[in-house]
Amino acid sequence: MSSNPASSSGGPGSTDPSAVRRNSKRPKYSKFTQQELPACKPILTPRWVISAFMVVSIVFIPIGVASLFASRDVVEIVDRYDGECINGTKTEKIRHIQGPGNKACTRTLTVTKHMKAPIYIYYQLDNFYQNHRRYVKSRSDQQLRHRGSADATSDCRPEDTANGKPIVPCGLIAWSLFNDTYSFAVSNRNLTVNKKEISWKSDRDHKFGKDVFPSNFQSGGLIGGASLNESIPLSEQEDLIVWMRTAALPTFRKLYGRIEQDLQPNDVINVVVMNNYNTYSFNGKKMLVLSTTSWLGGKNDFLGIAYLTVGGLCFFLAMLFTIIYLVKPRRLGDPSYLSWNRNPGGR
Amino acid sequence: MDFNKPVENSSKSDSILYSSSRGSGLDSPSLRVSNHPAENSVKSDPFMHSTSQRTASSYQSASHGAPNSASGIEVNSVSEDSARNDAFLHSSSRGSISSYHWRSDGNSVREVGFGDSDPKPVRHGSRTTESEGLGLSQKEINEEEARFIYINDPVKTNERFEFAGNSIRTSKYSVITFLPRNLFEQFHRVAYIYFLIIAVLNQLPQLAVFGRGASVLPLAFVLTVSAIKDAFEDFRRHRSDNVENNRLASILVNDKFELKKWKYIEVGEVIKVSSNETLPCDIVLLSTSDPTGVAYVQTINLDGESNLKTRYAKQETHSKNPEKENISGLIKCDKPNRNVYGFQGTVEIDGKRMSLGPSNIILRGCELKNTDWAIGVVVYAGRETKAMLNNAGAPSKRSRLETQMNQEIILLSLFLIALCTIVSTLFGTWLKRHMAEVNETPYYRKKDYNNGPPKDYNYYGIGLEIFFTFLMAVIVFQIMIPISLYISMELVRVGQAYFMNRDATMYDSVSNRTFQCRALNINEDLGQIKYVFSDKTGTLTENKMEFKCASIWGTDYSISTVDELDEQNTYSITVDEQVLTPKVKVKVDPTLHRLVNSGNNARHVYDFFLALAACNTIVPIVTSSSGSDVRTVDYQGESPDEQALVFAAAAYGFMLVERTSGHIVIDVQGEKQRFDVLGLHEFDSDRKRMSVILGCPDNTVKVFVKGADTTMFSVIDKSLNTDVVQATESHLHSYSTLGLRTLVVGMRELDHLEFERWQSSYEAASTAIMGRASQLRKVASSIEKELTILGASAIEDKLQPGVPEAIESLRNAGIKVWVLTGDKQETAISIGYSSKLLTGRMKQIIINKNSKESCRRSLREALDMSNNMSTVTRGVGDNDGISGPAQLALIIDGSSLVYVLDSELEEELFLLASRCDVVLCCRVAPLQKAGIVALIKQRTDDMTLAIGDGANDVS
Repeated sequence: MSSNPASSSGGPGSTDPSAVRRNSKRPKYSKFTQQELPACKPILTPRWVISAFMVVSIVFIPIGVASLFASRDVVEIVDRYDGECINGTKTEKIRHIQGPGNKACTRTLTVTKHMKAPIYIYYQLDNFYQNHRRYVKSRSDQQLRHRGSADATSDCRPEDTANGKPIVPCGLIAWSLFNDTYSFAVSNRNLTVNKKEISWKSDRDHKFGKDVFPSNFQSGGLIGGASLNESIPLSEQEDLIVWMRTAALPTFRKLYGRIEQDLQPNDVINVVVMNNYNTYSFNGKKMLVLSTTSWLGGKNDFLGIAYLTVGGLCFFLAMLFTIIYLVKPRRLGDPSYLSWNRNPGGR
Repeated sequence: MDFNKPVENSSKSDSILYSSSRGSGLDSPSLRVSNHPAENSVKSDPFMHSTSQRTASSYQSASHGAPNSASGIEVNSVSEDSARNDAFLHSSSRGSISSYHWRSDGNSVREVGFGDSDPKPVRHGSRTTESEGLGLSQKEINEEEARFIYINDPVKTNERFEFAGNSIRTSKYSVITFLPRNLFEQFHRVAYIYFLIIAVLNQLPQLAVFGRGASVLPLAFVLTVSAIKDAFEDFRRHRSDNVENNRLASILVNDKFELKKWKYIEVGEVIKVSSNETLPCDIVLLSTSDPTGVAYVQTINLDGESNLKTRYAKQETHSKNPEKENISGLIKCDKPNRNVYGFQGTVEIDGKRMSLGPSNIILRGCELKNTDWAIGVVVYAGRETKAMLNNAGAPSKRSRLETQMNQEIILLSLFLIALCTIVSTLFGTWLKRHMAEVNETPYYRKKDYNNGPPKDYNYYGIGLEIFFTFLMAVIVFQIMIPISLYISMELVRVGQAYFMNRDATMYDSVSNRTFQCRALNINEDLGQIKYVFSDKTGTLTENKMEFKCASIWGTDYSISTVDELDEQNTYSITVDEQVLTPKVKVKVDPTLHRLVNSGNNARHVYDFFLALAACNTIVPIVTSSSGSDVRTVDYQGESPDEQALVFAAAAYGFMLVERTSGHIVIDVQGEKQRFDVLGLHEFDSDRKRMSVILGCPDNTVKVFVKGADTTMFSVIDKSLNTDVVQATESHLHSYSTLGLRTLVVGMRELDHLEFERWQSSYEAASTAIMGRASQLRKVASSIEKELTILGASAIEDKLQPGVPEAIESLRNAGIKVWVLTGDKQETAISIGYSSKLLTGRMKQIIINKNSKESCRRSLREALDMSNNMSTVTRGVGDNDGISGPAQLALIIDGSSLVYVLDSELEEELFLLASRCDVVLCCRVAPLQKAGIVALIKQRTDDMTLAIGDGANDVS
């Protein structure tokens, strides 16, 4: 029955094969369209898994030990002084800190271990939300960079103008510049504090202008923090530059300076703190931190512990799998273990 | 076909002569109109008067129609074009057909004299003949729900009711409405609304977001790209609409047919369609070139079926020529609806009322075939046509992944809202507790002291602050709902479609077709299908029927496998010095062939093949191959089984040569014989049989019935020839176990009295408006009784290549395969084995019961058994896990399903079926197929896939 149409369709094919090829819609063969590109599908055999875990643990555990030791080598002295320097209730403290009186306060620190130069000095603030959206936005990068853009203060409110003139540097960040100062002495011998190059080089070179000078700063109705020397350009006001790099978390340390000499164990450091900065109104803490560094940075045990944990876990798993593999081995690719073969009918 | 026109006109005059002469015999009142020219002119007067109004009203209706045609109607111009090309290819041969018909027309003119003396054949020729006293069975269509159409009077038709004009609009937008409508539609996607909200939030100055403009860009980009895509698609739709609306059709204007653009066609106008033309609107047939008022249409654009369907003109209207005599009348019919297969109405002409049914209308999109011309009255136009109503809004499927993604996104947004609420509450409490400090706190600094007296800076009160914090939290957490997810999913789908389309293993070299991915949005669901419902015929099998065996009068004539398809076996006849051969050659059983040719003792064989050749709705189409005298006869019909039977009959020397609705001409052993078709009861799925009442040349009236064995044996008189009945039954059984489709043929001679009784009830039933189908069925069952069995035929429907492998791999993949077939149980099981649907290892559960109680009992038993089996195999499975459990196959037949579906047994059937790996439903009606699919879809979340090829699979 079908012989007739078949022969008729075969007729033109035999006379003109090229036409057939042209009319054929058969997809052209290519490895891409037929999805036959070479692919690597690793099979997770027990040996592979165990050795992968083993390698990870062998690499990670030494790294963890090394970084933990490095962190332990760092000598760190932390001294909270906001409560020690002023006594009384919260309102008394606020009144004192806002008052004009002498705010000098002496602290005594004892060096427990040998501290190798350079020793970094940090101040640590707590409960200070430098990441608050009202705060973060309140600055004018243009003004900081260019001399002519002093009027670009639109983002700086409420610290944009004072007495009808623009504030340079404007904004809440600059306005709230930290203004406690520290001076150090070991057995009545003053330690010099190097305050150069404590900020990012790129900030000094590119973000803060060499020809931009502070003006009209801290002259408004409310004084927020430190004043600036109007004869020094912003690119050299390193305390400001450090402060303007806002911290991401409410507890943060900022670099104050460096002591470039070693301190011996049992050295007693006398620190004179000018306790100016008001953290009392928002229950903030203030701390002074002296710290050495290692090749890994400051004192931080987390990295070492993390490496050790992951490495240890991998080692444990490798051991566990090895034991299982040795005690109860299983043939690879056994279809009887498939779920639908194990409980028939329960698909 | 312009060169044909004068010829056509002459044919019309012929037919008028013919009709008037016949009319006198019938005492038809229609003659009066044509005989009185004075009345004619009076009637045409108001028409002339009102022509001036028409342009206005048509304009109005056109403009009225435009904005309402809402969405999603895409006229598939490509397929239409290809269809027309096909027609072109055939047109050369078609010319010869018409000329052939010409000759037969001449014959019919000659036969008028014959008909005059004996009006019977003509009167009963059409199945839609009317009797004079039919008013009793007619019931009124409700006045409010009816639509009134004055034939050939579009002004009057349209003045009270504003029917839609024939201009169609499948485009969605105009230049002005594009932007708002397109945006409106695009924002139906929830994700876009979300993105819009985020973008708006970003613009609020209070929230102090950096880079406000940038947040709009991605959304704007996506919107623009899809808007451009939509605009381009709509532009193409506009163009195809334009082409469609400006096609020409000939419309009766001032008693002459004039060419008119499609878009100006109005309801009520009379339209003339020539052969191979596409219908511009839904029309009620008035007359055709065929003397008995038959028109053949191809509905491939509507339902994809390529066979010819017959449509009939009413005898009363058919006798008129609208160009000569003014036809006027009132058609009352349904309001426009989507039902393609349903139409009810009445036509009132000259005080006579006749009923109209689905067989009297031709729908838009159909093509007229094998008929020189047809004249009809426009009843539905434009967007009110059934084709357009059906085209509106294809149901869009949503993939399960998308549904799940939407759920997840709703969950995520709830989470987001919760988070934002927490954040803003915490902020509120903090602000409240620190209210005293925040004025001066360095990082908050609520108050501005620098400029004059202290005042609030960027602070709007605690309530608004909390609200703004909430909005800000929304922006901060917006990444929780991934913007890119939708876009990346679309991209992945495009990639999938690309790989699917380019898959070389999906290429079929026979049809030169590759995989085609039509809808992008359900690609990924293909892999999750758990149930496959498949039709058998045409889906699993080739749907190329081949006559294999016959059992005639208790004798089995099976065609041996010996290949002797020689020239001597192909049967051909000579008509007018030209040789006619059937197009398809059929293998012939030599003994039977000899028996037929010998002529003696072959009355039953004669009747058997006569039944095969006559008892069908096949239309023979004669085509001449160029240059030679040999012409081939092709048989067009709705059912491939019938085609196979007619070809087989032709091979044995009973060649169906000509069919009109009034008579058929069968060439019996080289001798042309004319049979009058007095009545035809078409096949329906309830009776499962069809019958034809023939007036034979020797003035006897016989009824031939052909049908499925179950229903046939109930109407066969078993007291006669018991041995023949038994032999046939056993043959049937053996045929069906071979996987053959069987049909039983029976006949009976009618005496005069019985014929008269049948005739009157048949006419009453066929003109009834309400419940016509059931009345016809009653009439049919009244005559299909006490039959003499003639024999049975067996037809083979071969499996398509690759089907067994495909089904086996589906089963191995754990996909449950359900085959729904109309075949009888044995055939279905045998096909099941050959297609590897059933295997020897399977345990079969067979349910074929005739009452609800027995169905319930057997379902219970089967459930218990399957429970036992699964527990047993589970015990075995523990011992050796590799060998699977014994599989279950459920075989259920249509009569049991009648009791099971739509009753409380459904649940049990579902439980049972879900335990079985394979379900085979045999003897199911189309509606039951849908019921079975719905059964599974309602009860599980699993993906189902239903495959089918015919219109009966859609319901």
